[in-house]
Amino acid sequence: MSTLLRAAPAPRTTALAPGRSRGRTLRSSAATALIWLAFAIALVPLVWIMWTVLSRGLPSMLHLTWWNKDQSGVGPAGFDHQVRGARHAIVGTLLMAALTSLIAVPIAILTAIYLVEYGRGRIARIVSFMVDILSGVPSIVAALFIYAVWVTTFKLTLVPACASLALVLLMIPVVTRSAEEMLRLVPNELREAAYALGVPKWKTILRVVLPSCMSGIVTGGLLGFARVAGETAPLLLVASYTQFLNQNMFSGSMAALPTLINTNVQFMSSDPISADRVWGAACTLIVLVLAINLAGRLLGHLTRVKS
Amino acid sequence: MVGRAGEPVGLGPDRRAAARGRRGDRLFHGAAATAGVLVVLIVVLITVFLVVHAVPALLHDQANFLTSRSWDVSVPMSFGILQLLWTTVATSVLALAIALPFSVGIALFLTHYAPPWLSRPAAVLIDLLAAVPSIVYGLWGAYIVAPKFAPIQDGIQHLLGWIPLFGGVSAISGGTTMLLVGIVLAIMVLPIMTAINREVLAKAPAAQQEAALAIGATKWEMVRTAVLPYGRAGIISGAMLGLGRALGETIAVMFILSALPQGSAWTWSLFNGGETFASKIASDAAELTPGLGTGAYIAAGLVLFLLTFVVNAVARLIIDGKKDFSE
Amino acid sequence: MSKRVDVSDLHVYYGDFKAVEDVTMTIAPRSVTAFIGPSGCGKSTFLRTLNRMHEVTPGGRVEGTVTLDSEDLYAPGVDPVAVRRTIGMVFQRPNPFPTMSIRNNVLAGLRLNGVKEKATLDETMERSLRAANLWEEVKDRLGKPGVSLSGGQQQRLCIARAIAVEPQVLLMDEPCSALDPISTLAIEDLIGRLKADYTVVVVTHNMQQAARVSDSTAFFNLAATGKPGRLVEMNDTATIFSTPSQRVTEDYISGRFG
Ligand SMILES: Nc1ncnc2c1ncn2[C@@H]1O[C@H](COP(=O)(O)OP(=O)(O)OP(=O)(O)O)[C@@H](O)[C@H]1O
Ligand SMILES: [Mg+2]
Repeated sequence: MSTLLRAAPAPRTTALAPGRSRGRTLRSSAATALIWLAFAIALVPLVWIMWTVLSRGLPSMLHLTWWNKDQSGVGPAGFDHQVRGARHAIVGTLLMAALTSLIAVPIAILTAIYLVEYGRGRIARIVSFMVDILSGVPSIVAALFIYAVWVTTFKLTLVPACASLALVLLMIPVVTRSAEEMLRLVPNELREAAYALGVPKWKTILRVVLPSCMSGIVTGGLLGFARVAGETAPLLLVASYTQFLNQNMFSGSMAALPTLINTNVQFMSSDPISADRVWGAACTLIVLVLAINLAGRLLGHLTRVKS
Repeated sequence: MVGRAGEPVGLGPDRRAAARGRRGDRLFHGAAATAGVLVVLIVVLITVFLVVHAVPALLHDQANFLTSRSWDVSVPMSFGILQLLWTTVATSVLALAIALPFSVGIALFLTHYAPPWLSRPAAVLIDLLAAVPSIVYGLWGAYIVAPKFAPIQDGIQHLLGWIPLFGGVSAISGGTTMLLVGIVLAIMVLPIMTAINREVLAKAPAAQQEAALAIGATKWEMVRTAVLPYGRAGIISGAMLGLGRALGETIAVMFILSALPQGSAWTWSLFNGGETFASKIASDAAELTPGLGTGAYIAAGLVLFLLTFVVNAVARLIIDGKKDFSE
Repeated sequence: MSKRVDVSDLHVYYGDFKAVEDVTMTIAPRSVTAFIGPSGCGKSTFLRTLNRMHEVTPGGRVEGTVTLDSEDLYAPGVDPVAVRRTIGMVFQRPNPFPTMSIRNNVLAGLRLNGVKEKATLDETMERSLRAANLWEEVKDRLGKPGVSLSGGQQQRLCIARAIAVEPQVLLMDEPCSALDPISTLAIEDLIGRLKADYTVVVVTHNMQQAARVSDSTAFFNLAATGKPGRLVEMNDTATIFSTPSQRVTEDYISGRFG
């Protein structure tokens, strides 16, 4: 046996010199450089977008009128001489996202509970599959569906709540997935400890399981809220823009930041005031979305460290 | 303790509480299952409603729905999706081709190359790209990038114009082309693909990585032998999800891409303008009135839905297949 | 082809935490050296500094010198990759590359080195598998995945993989702790034969194993909990097991520890 070992080629003279592996080392260093470069390149659009939006939009945002006035008294978009406020759009965006969350979050959490705590076999697999499919449904298709139901089938007039309905379809899968992940992180010992005390399953879920992962679920909800607040496509189809503040989800038109942008964008090149309005709204939207998003992450991060 | 578990919990004086517990269980189970079924129902209803409203329009279509390039929805209707399909698929595949190497590289950066203090904040930065609303990408792409991109694009066309994909298109100027849309879409789908790649690459077992290093592999060789093979399925399904997002992106495409002039000739060039399914539906949204015309748009939406359905289902099946394999 | 390892005044740190303190020892060529000591005393940590594997853990660093036949492993300009090719390592749990066949597992190191000639590859594969005492068991299924083998076979496959790149020194960190008694015997047998050609270092918790396979033994211990581990004494295995010079060594070996 050991003769076989000895039959090995003679050892290299200096074992540790780079020698013939220089090419390999070089290739490895090249890979490292490329990988760093890939990351650096990805930061370019992020920084560029942030810079563009903040530098062009922040000035409008810093006026009080931006926050407490709508666009009433302003001529048709593009032909007035003041930026005026975006209160109608900010309120609209928040209201629509809030109603969306009100509908979507309970459904999503229940679905997640079903998948984690109850679901077995074929039905659970189908539900889980459909959550994936729903998360891939383009927002314009979701809006088209609501349009087909509301307008084409039932011949109803569109109200602001229709936008929320379309957004619900987009929010459910986001929140379901994150809630599901959180529920799965709850250790089984916790459930078993509760069962061993004679606590029924539903109470175990409501009193023991949910509270122990509540912060994670809230994080998921906030991320979902941020996502739908920034959605534009469904609004174009099922929410008509108005210059005036409307706080009633069930009648009339309601503005939102994206539709404010969309209405003014066509005048941007000829009218600097419209441009200010557009970038102001974009900046408000991005600040709003990022703030909620970061708040969600921070909450998740803080509570995760503690546990 | 184990012996106590056999005690008849529900049979003591607390029998009524136990009964209440069982009723509560049934109710709660029912509510959860209803929510789950509702999700299934929503997907089914989307399909049904889209089909039901698309069919009458399709029956009145004077042109071939699949091969016609025209879009005329006033009666007598003649509309087809060929141009939309090409624009949608070409921009999305382009986005995928750009985003894939970047997402793998960045995921490797986050999991194996970045110093520990940097990897978490770096991941958050990449995630922030996902938090930027698409309308902002649209504004940025159309009004900031496009003017700067136009000369670069002329350069590319000058150099590579003999390739059909990079041929010149006279009607479209100002850089608002499919190529730019592909690039912006790539940035938009980068975060989701990176997140998935990062997750699977981080799960590559340390033991095999150490084994690779112990036989004298360089870092890159270690990554190739003991990290990337574990990520393959995840990377592919992440790419599918990214593709699905790109196919359905609406407002950014609508803002950036120049519409084609009436009756413009067919070209394979990426320097062409056009409309995707989603941007077409959105840009004509204001003119939508209940009736046959709407059906044409719903038919286009149905095709888009089926496209994303297939892509997402494939992604899901790959992930599931991988699970079966590793268990 | 086996070389001597000299360690002097070696300190090992994980970030600010000092895990191993002031080790000086000589590991003779063509012999088996066993490292023994209670859990957490830094045996694995120290072992990994012998082929710079500790650098894989963030914050891992050393002070002091390690030389291989008077070549300094930590000299500036020395490539850790070259060090690891010269000083191989076998791990506690068998870790074959699951995406590779038995054949490709053995040849992974060679392939990375750019060896392409089929004859060389085939010859090395057979030699390594024979040396690892696995050839007879797998020669008919070399194309099967490495993970299709039993735990003991997988560990021998990992040994074959380690010796296929012809290292000078072979480090083994508890190579038998995940194995059944029969596989353990097979590996011990193999270690006994490997020392004819290699410098072998084995970490083990099994006193009988240390006594059976090793020529010299090093005993590591913690001065106190929270303190870094250190080398208590090192000597011929026979001496360590019969007349150790330190009281703690005798206590540990005879199981009167604690
Ligand atoms: N990656 C690491 N980061 C920080 N400290 C570590 C790390 N690995 C080990 N340590 C610490 O270094 C000390 C030595 O650990 P080591 O694993 O070398 O012990 P060991 O003697 O091999 O123990 P065992 O017999 O249980 O394998 C321990 O205090 C351990 O907590
Ligand atoms: Mg150890």
